[in-house]
Amino acid sequence: MKGMHLPDIRMLLQGASPRSSEMFPELNNLLNTTPDKAEQGKLTLLCDARTDGSFLVHHFLSFYLKANCKVCFVALLQSFSHYNIVAQKLGVSLAAARERGQLVFLEGLKSSVDVFFQAQEDPHPLQFLREASAGNLQPLYEFVREALTPADNGEAAWRCPVLLVDDLSVLLSLGMGAVAVLDFVHYCRATVCCELKGNMVALVHDSGDAEDEENNTLLIGLSHQSHLILRTEGLATGFCKDVHGQLRILWRRPSQSTARRDRSLTFQYKIQDKNVSFFARGMSPAIL
Amino acid sequence: VTPSEGAAGCGRWSEMLESLLALGGLVLLRDSVEWEGRSFLKALIRKAALSGEQVRILGCEVSEEEFREGFDSDVNSRLVYHDLFRDPLNWSKTGEAPPGGPLGALRAMCKRTDPGPVTIAIDSLSWLLLRQPCTTVCQVLHALSHRTPCPGHSPAVEQVRVLGLLHEELHGPGPVGALSSLAQTKVTLGGTAGLDSAHIVFRRPRQRPIHQTQWFSVLPDFSLDLQEGPRLECQPHPDPYTSPVDPTTHLTFNLRLSKKEKEARDGLTLPFQFSSEKQQALLCPGQGQAASHIFYEPDAYDDLDQEDPDDDLDV
Repeated sequence: MKGMHLPDIRMLLQGASPRSSEMFPELNNLLNTTPDKAEQGKLTLLCDARTDGSFLVHHFLSFYLKANCKVCFVALLQSFSHYNIVAQKLGVSLAAARERGQLVFLEGLKSSVDVFFQAQEDPHPLQFLREASAGNLQPLYEFVREALTPADNGEAAWRCPVLLVDDLSVLLSLGMGAVAVLDFVHYCRATVCCELKGNMVALVHDSGDAEDEENNTLLIGLSHQSHLILRTEGLATGFCKDVHGQLRILWRRPSQSTARRDRSLTFQYKIQDKNVSFFARGMSPAIL
Repeated sequence: VTPSEGAAGCGRWSEMLESLLALGGLVLLRDSVEWEGRSFLKALIRKAALSGEQVRILGCEVSEEEFREGFDSDVNSRLVYHDLFRDPLNWSKTGEAPPGGPLGALRAMCKRTDPGPVTIAIDSLSWLLLRQPCTTVCQVLHALSHRTPCPGHSPAVEQVRVLGLLHEELHGPGPVGALSSLAQTKVTLGGTAGLDSAHIVFRRPRQRPIHQTQWFSVLPDFSLDLQEGPRLECQPHPDPYTSPVDPTTHLTFNLRLSKKEKEARDGLTLPFQFSSEKQQALLCPGQGQAASHIFYEPDAYDDLDQEDPDDDLDV
């Protein structure tokens, strides 16, 4: 095996993969979607267990920007420059998207400081950080609604609105109850998916801890609301250099046109510098 | 599928749904993330609507448009959708939210005055249980299922059916147990390999509970297609597309010996079998057989040192 040139084998297995490095073309094939014909009105739940599923967040961010959608990104986990660096590897500039008004970016790490140190007339989106008692996420919802509702001048500049949240488990850590987060997602879904016919993508971590009732309630409650669930898991056998994890795709509420069969698919993946390659279980190029 | 089989199939799913709806009271639909129950709920609603009843839906989880999708117009005309999806907590402050919230809307359904059987569908009970105490929800459900007859109408018990969708994994055993004990019929949804299943428990008063498992698939118009069950378990007839393969072809070894080969095999003397010929050969080593000798010519590099034959003592 060592004598063979491994990149050639990968090309063979991928078939005719496009040279462009925007988003992950193989993931688009698995989900049977392209930026031109993305479905609308869907909630996609990203979930990771024993691994880091953030590569999916980067994928959907660049996917929807490439699809000419207006994106509101509630980024609670990392800084703007972090997402920008990864997006540039995928061929999208977040700074440019923000300049031209396509991207509304709520940088949680930076703006949380404003809640405490700057006087605000209107409630700040992260106002709940100040409240001692269990509050609700209505100000955050209002921020999202205002960001994605098209302006009154009637021009349809962008294709459809998209809300991306990274991630919802952080809200639990910040003291919100699971029901408050579910209510926030409910209202976002009602506005973004149903009223504005846009899409919503949110990441939740599965701690695997049966004692963490709040996280389990959030995860299961969100799963029932979702149309599509992408669940990444670390391999049960531990770390592997060539297979970074397993991705399970579950189509939960198929529309009338899709068949009820093939609702669930499982693949293994390997994350590379600018791409993620997917393969059937046990079919990693490194072991063939 | 012959026409008679098709008609029998339709009859059977119709019977099954009728038996589910016939008991009245609370029908609890327990689903999970893997096997969603809204399609089955919509199939029950369609059946009730097609029998001429009015169906009232307390919709908390999906929009009215999404719920009505897939129903044809005569079913949709009998559905009344109480929309608690758009603004359940009154965040938009437009005053559109019903007073008293979802439970208030349910209680209002108790007080309706038109006669005739009615079906109330709650989508979902889990939504209510997450935001209201379990005892309150159970009390309202009990009041709904056992409505007192309205004054002015005949005192006969009116047929009220409550269909409640419950996402089992969201709740602990307490609330699930409480709702199960309230229910006259419990349906647990599951499935395997592309087929959905419903495990149904009927609890008629003063009778033992009846258990039934039904395999089905929900068609796009929300009618049910009953199935026989997963086909993986027993296959009495072989698959006609694959012919049986003879495993004895293309072997790299012989399974059978020809007559000549058998004789040759029988004539062999095994090396460790002590026969009389061998005994003689060993006892009389003469007869032209020289004793074996070993001849060795040491070459230039050999150093035959008797005290250090392997030449590895560092002396």
